[in-house]
Amino acid sequence: MAVGALALTLAACGSDPAAPGAESTGGSQDGGSSLSGELSGGGASSQESAQEAWRAGFQTANPDVTVNYDPVGSGGGRTGFTDGSYAFAGSDAALDEDEMKAAEAQCGEGGVIEFPGYVSPIAIAFNLEGVDSLNLKPEVIANIFSGKIKAWNDDAIAADNPDAELPDTAITVVHRSDDSGTTENFQAYLSEAAPDAWDHEPEGVWPIEGQESAQGTSGVVSAAQSGDGTITYADASQISDLGTVAVGVGDEFVPYSAEAAAEVVAQSPRAEGTADGVYSIELKRDVAGTYPVVLVSYLLACGTYADQAQADLVKGYMSYLVSEEGQQVAADAAGSAPLSADIRDAVQPSIDAITAG
Amino acid sequence: MTTTVSPPPQRVPGRPRRRKRTTDRGFNRAFRWIAVGAGVLILAVLAAVAVFLLQQAWPALTAGSDELAASVPRYPEDTSLLEYVGPLVFGTLLAAALALAIATPVAMGIALFISHYAPRRLSQLLGYLVDLLAAVPSVIYGLWGIYVLGPAALPVWEWLSSWFGWFPLFAGPVSPTSRVLATVAVVLAVMILPIITAVAREVFLQTPKLHEEAALALGATRWEMVRTAVLPFGRSGVISAAMLGLGRALGETMAVLMILSPGFLYSFKILDSAQQQTIAAYIALDFPEASGLAVNTLIATGLVLFVITLAVNMAARAIVARRKDFSGAN
Amino acid sequence: MSTTTLSDPAGPTDATARTRAALTGADGARRRKDRTMTVLVWAAFVVAMAPLVSLVWTVLSNGAGRISMDFLTLSMRNIFGGDPSGGIYHAIAGTLIITALATVISVPIGLLTAIYLVEYGKGALARSVTFFIDVMTGIPSIVAGLFAVSLFTLILGPGVRMGVIGAVALSVLMIPVVVRSCEEMLKLVPNELREASYALGVPKWLTIVKVVLRTSVAGLTTGILLAVARVIGETAPLLVTVGVTDSINFDPFEGRMMTLPVFAYRQYSQGLATCPGGESASCVADIAIQNAWGAALVLIVLVLALNLVGRLVNRWFSPKLR
Repeated sequence: MAVGALALTLAACGSDPAAPGAESTGGSQDGGSSLSGELSGGGASSQESAQEAWRAGFQTANPDVTVNYDPVGSGGGRTGFTDGSYAFAGSDAALDEDEMKAAEAQCGEGGVIEFPGYVSPIAIAFNLEGVDSLNLKPEVIANIFSGKIKAWNDDAIAADNPDAELPDTAITVVHRSDDSGTTENFQAYLSEAAPDAWDHEPEGVWPIEGQESAQGTSGVVSAAQSGDGTITYADASQISDLGTVAVGVGDEFVPYSAEAAAEVVAQSPRAEGTADGVYSIELKRDVAGTYPVVLVSYLLACGTYADQAQADLVKGYMSYLVSEEGQQVAADAAGSAPLSADIRDAVQPSIDAITAG
Repeated sequence: MTTTVSPPPQRVPGRPRRRKRTTDRGFNRAFRWIAVGAGVLILAVLAAVAVFLLQQAWPALTAGSDELAASVPRYPEDTSLLEYVGPLVFGTLLAAALALAIATPVAMGIALFISHYAPRRLSQLLGYLVDLLAAVPSVIYGLWGIYVLGPAALPVWEWLSSWFGWFPLFAGPVSPTSRVLATVAVVLAVMILPIITAVAREVFLQTPKLHEEAALALGATRWEMVRTAVLPFGRSGVISAAMLGLGRALGETMAVLMILSPGFLYSFKILDSAQQQTIAAYIALDFPEASGLAVNTLIATGLVLFVITLAVNMAARAIVARRKDFSGAN
Repeated sequence: MSTTTLSDPAGPTDATARTRAALTGADGARRRKDRTMTVLVWAAFVVAMAPLVSLVWTVLSNGAGRISMDFLTLSMRNIFGGDPSGGIYHAIAGTLIITALATVISVPIGLLTAIYLVEYGKGALARSVTFFIDVMTGIPSIVAGLFAVSLFTLILGPGVRMGVIGAVALSVLMIPVVVRSCEEMLKLVPNELREASYALGVPKWLTIVKVVLRTSVAGLTTGILLAVARVIGETAPLLVTVGVTDSINFDPFEGRMMTLPVFAYRQYSQGLATCPGGESASCVADIAIQNAWGAALVLIVLVLALNLVGRLVNRWFSPKLR
């Protein structure tokens, strides 16, 4: 057996793989691409699946280009961007004032380009025998996650779910043990939609001690699956066969969907008082028919690059991923919510203005 | 035995030996300097790592607790850095100690089995199998711990808690997801098993045959032979082996990170979730999203891990040194 | 024959008395104890085999289905979502190159240091080297990675990711393991052999190379292989030093590389893929997890093969002492 294994490895070493790109599924879209070189970025791991799809699409159209994305986390991405080691970055939170200053210093006169390139619904998922979906108001969700509601047959839960057969199982909250943008965005939702029940300052780490936790999206999902009566929050594309919560918005309950998540972003205004290239949004959590629990992940680029080739690559890549096609590719691959035409049109001019300087 | 020393004399026949020795002196010196150089290089590397660690940790070490609380996500108000790191140190030591307590007896058993109990022909293959455990990457141990060991161990943890709940370690409640320190300790024990076994095995195999035969000739049973001849001979080697294992257990990151549901308490409850956390897993957990002073704080906790390992190693060295006179190794 | 007395801490008279007591004691009790210990020793072995069998079975049953010629010979370039084509050739190449580099850096340094400590080491320098090697075993792997990054940032500027940085980070982790296990093995070479060699007029360096190293080659190989096995599965330091890529890169001095453990970890964290048109031959929802197990299996087989080569080398070169 060992000899066979050795032979297997040797065979793998000896064989020459097809040239990079040859195994791509689609043919190149047009032969006239003049882009070449390597473009490297990094940041939020939430964007990894979408970045894979974008890179594949961009590299297929431009066979001489290699784009890399290190899923080192938002913090790593922002640090890498402000010290110049990443040409572009992904971040689950918009840059704060200090970071913006540092980034502007790094980018030079062209300024910083920042826009919400990846929007994804966060599902509130639970594992409860015999129950597939529940209607929960924001206050109830906040009380469950803060530990005030301890059992599944609590009156507050039963009130909105007259048809569900709720057992008296204890609720086990599973949260992310790592510092993550998903946690920050979920807490931002709780504190905006249920400010009375959730008085913690939204940040990347979970504020409550003594609850079950696991690392990463796949970690919380598998932890939730392994115990009865668990509830967690996770990127909606990853929740597998867990039951999900339809979230109370106004008087109705909205189950998660990419469309409803896209809608909440489209309905939210652009933050004011920022530089031209910076498009950050202020989410409105109470618009009827929208799914308000979303992860908004930003893309960062510079307005000017020292090197013409680098500027062309960033311009091409950013244009592709903000395009309708790029947003659709990410939606198919990562279950994200495509950006509305308004936002795309608002962002495109600053991408077009990327130059070498 | 004589075969090993026979080649050199062929090369050095009687007469030119004198002249050769002078040139050999050059070689001798060069070889010695290269060896010394390697040792010095290691010191230089370590000094570089230490300088780097200190330089990176310095802002956190000198910052006030208000400043730290403001910029480090998990940092509670009004605590000094020491108070903050305390539970992490506790968790790290507890996890490593449990792992070592499980692994060392088993590893010695395996080493003895391979060296003195298993059929000769089989023993090499068996040693090979145990070495295989060392080859499994820690990510895989993490996956295995989550998907296989955790669910399988849950009934055992519940049983332990219901019968031995009065013992602080096994106090309930038992977490339903099994992502607890007990599971982590078992995984860590499996991970350090091959390292301890490999070194202990080699040491046991080197027991002078004369000692063993003398014991047997006096009418000792096999176990008595092992106890009187093999174990005393191998004692310092076994302690050294356990230290190597401890080093790995203290610094292990991925498996702990993936399995443990962490907490920041001084708690002996190894069957409940959200109780303890280890330093290495803590660094890996928060590093990706950290920036500024938070990074410095993480590096400072890394520095603490460094110091712990140092202290543990010094203690173990002291034990080895005290026992050295009694071991048979020359 | 002074060693015989040394091995008995209580001294010869006490030992004789004890032996006499043991011989005249109840034979049944002694035999029972012997049998109990035999059972315990066997049990220890079985206990250790249980996780091994379980682990290997888990990896094999989850990973074997993914192994195919394509999986072993293609990279992941332009593969995304639930696309089941593509493979891990880039990660295999990366792991082999980076680990080989780390070994090339660590083994000479580690072995020479072990030789220094055992054969020459006296005085303050040797004591401090021993001491600091113990300290070095305590470096958390992520810290080793950060150290390597900041070292190369100093030399080459920020944002550089390449294989050799990962190799340096791995070396920092590997060197102390090599030194410690080699030291232990070299110490086991009986002094009589060295003295016999000196008596024949063989110079010290030649004695070390031809006698000490050859006698201990079996243990040294085991030690080095264990050290390789220790670092080949490292994830965290490689993620920060080498980055990730899904294209093939053979040059450790230029650009990012993928490695098997990083690949397995990234695929595991990626979780499920979305298949808009439902599952089909071209879209498998849990493909990333399958990829992770497949990569794990290949990694284990790789180390197994390395081990096997080590054993064979061992068998060919080690002297027959017993």
